[in-house]
Amino acid sequence: MLYALCFLLFMIGLYCAVVKKNMVKIVIGIMVMEYAVNLFLIMLGYRFGGIAPIVDKGQLDLETGQIAAGFLNSSVDPLPQALVLTAIVISLGSLALMISICIRTYEKYGTFDITQIRRLKG
Amino acid sequence: MIVPLPAFVAIPLGTAFLLPVFAKRGKAVATVLANLATISLLVLAIASIGQTRVYEIGKWSIPLGINLVLDGLSSLLLLAISVVSAAAMLFSIRYMEQYTAKAKFLCLFLLMVAGMNGVALSGDIFNLFVFLEIASLASYALVGFGCEHEELEASFKYMVLGSIGSIFILFAVALVYGNTGSLNMAYISKAIQSSGLNRGLTFALALFVVGFGLKAALVPFHAWLPDAHPSAPAPISAMLSGILIKTLGVYALVRVVFNIFGISVSMGWLLIALGLLSMVAGAFLAIGQWDFKRLLAYSSISQLGYVVLGIGLGGLIIARDGNLAWASLAILGGLFHLVNHAVYKSLLFLTSGSVQMSTGTRQMKQMGGLAEKLPVTRATCTVASAAVAGIPPFSGFWSKLILVIAAIQAHFYWVAAIIVFVSLCTLIMYLKVQRYVFLGELPENLQEIKENRGSMLVAMVSLACLCVLMGLLLTPCLRSSILDPAVQVLTDGVLYSANVIGM
Repeated sequence: MLYALCFLLFMIGLYCAVVKKNMVKIVIGIMVMEYAVNLFLIMLGYRFGGIAPIVDKGQLDLETGQIAAGFLNSSVDPLPQALVLTAIVISLGSLALMISICIRTYEKYGTFDITQIRRLKG
Repeated sequence: MIVPLPAFVAIPLGTAFLLPVFAKRGKAVATVLANLATISLLVLAIASIGQTRVYEIGKWSIPLGINLVLDGLSSLLLLAISVVSAAAMLFSIRYMEQYTAKAKFLCLFLLMVAGMNGVALSGDIFNLFVFLEIASLASYALVGFGCEHEELEASFKYMVLGSIGSIFILFAVALVYGNTGSLNMAYISKAIQSSGLNRGLTFALALFVVGFGLKAALVPFHAWLPDAHPSAPAPISAMLSGILIKTLGVYALVRVVFNIFGISVSMGWLLIALGLLSMVAGAFLAIGQWDFKRLLAYSSISQLGYVVLGIGLGGLIIARDGNLAWASLAILGGLFHLVNHAVYKSLLFLTSGSVQMSTGTRQMKQMGGLAEKLPVTRATCTVASAAVAGIPPFSGFWSKLILVIAAIQAHFYWVAAIIVFVSLCTLIMYLKVQRYVFLGELPENLQEIKENRGSMLVAMVSLACLCVLMGLLLTPCLRSSILDPAVQVLTDGVLYSANVIGM
């Protein structure tokens, strides 16, 4: 169910990016897609009632180096969280570049409407 | 000599971050440093030929840490990347004097090279995505580098489609992780072999095809390329058309399809269909163009079709358990065409830059008779045109010949016929370039122009020499050390995982 909602969010973003005529709205659509994917990644690693994936002394058997089974069964998966952090940084970079290109284009054309920004054809 | 694999990423990345320090005054220093970086990468790439190694970053063993994998296919790609980037960098020493902020240009250029090298070496699927984004972001900024009307428009278009492609790839990576529990290519491949494809993985494969297809500008996804490639400064057009679409698009797609998911009959047909569609549509659209660089850009779409077609044909034969020798011949044709196209299309874009710098226009109708005024540009452009059209001793002929032989051997006679037909269309479009740019009447306003000198000529002449000599790659000695290992990686398919884990 949650996955379906997440996919719906992705499709809304895709729709917005493909159909809208305003440059800024297209950028917003792309970012909604990006957030939907990030949300999906987080949900992959999450479990209900899970605990933070940080091992403390009580869960680690110092002699054998084994981690308690209870920890493994209840902690959330930390890897997707690391992936999402990286993906957020990347999307921040591309968002900054996209918005700055929008601003420069607005300075040149005086409009955000992509139907009027059509010098390249053929 | 054992080449440290992280150097391929570390050298351009480190230099890139060093360069903005030299602002206006240190422009010469920045240029020399950037050239040193690309040339040292070329040396490293040549030194790494024929090696197969796995490097574990930070000594974390394979399923835990990120790894870099150097195999035949990667080293072929690294070689092509470093040749094209060294030539484009030489060319831009003089060409980029027209623009301001040269140090920033060099910085973005090297970031793009770092990203591409990372994509070629990465053995981890999320790491591949990160490097792909580094290269893409640098290329979006470089396309809009001129900050004029057309450049900004092209850059925005490229960026929207490119970002959608990247998000599709990230979504696919998430789906693969959810279904196999690993991000390492070798482990994913092993997990897929033991459990088979379920619905999630099939969806992920479809997303990968669309995402990498957008990056490679294969025909249904090609809308951004004819705008973006001509709008960029000439050395960047050479990089984008020559190597970026191949590394981010074709290489990554092929790596995922062949080595991770394993080739299937339907996937082989899909690649063949994409290849044929790109070839035919690209060629027809190119003939009608009057903008010099736009014609070259459409021709890139068409030529990339050959690469995908060759690899797809090989994959189809493998998936049908056909004759392995036929399959490897088709894949050899595709990969050889990839390298050839990298050399001659970057040369063509450099000559178009030289013409544009001298005449100040890209419209072929406003040119003519430049043969006398620009003798070296004319000569190198003719060599490259002959190579792309497939006229005998030049490089393009050999790769197209191999593709035709492979198609006939595998009884795909109609494919062979289409290859020859598109080759004819290519000949027509390059005759058009020769006729309208270099022959005919010299317009009055162009009487005063002079040939460009210095590094631009060095870059063009050295690439032209390569165009003539590339046929030598087929001699048994060079073939067994450069091309055959690359073909081997693809024909081995999912054995890749065993090879990587075993090392």
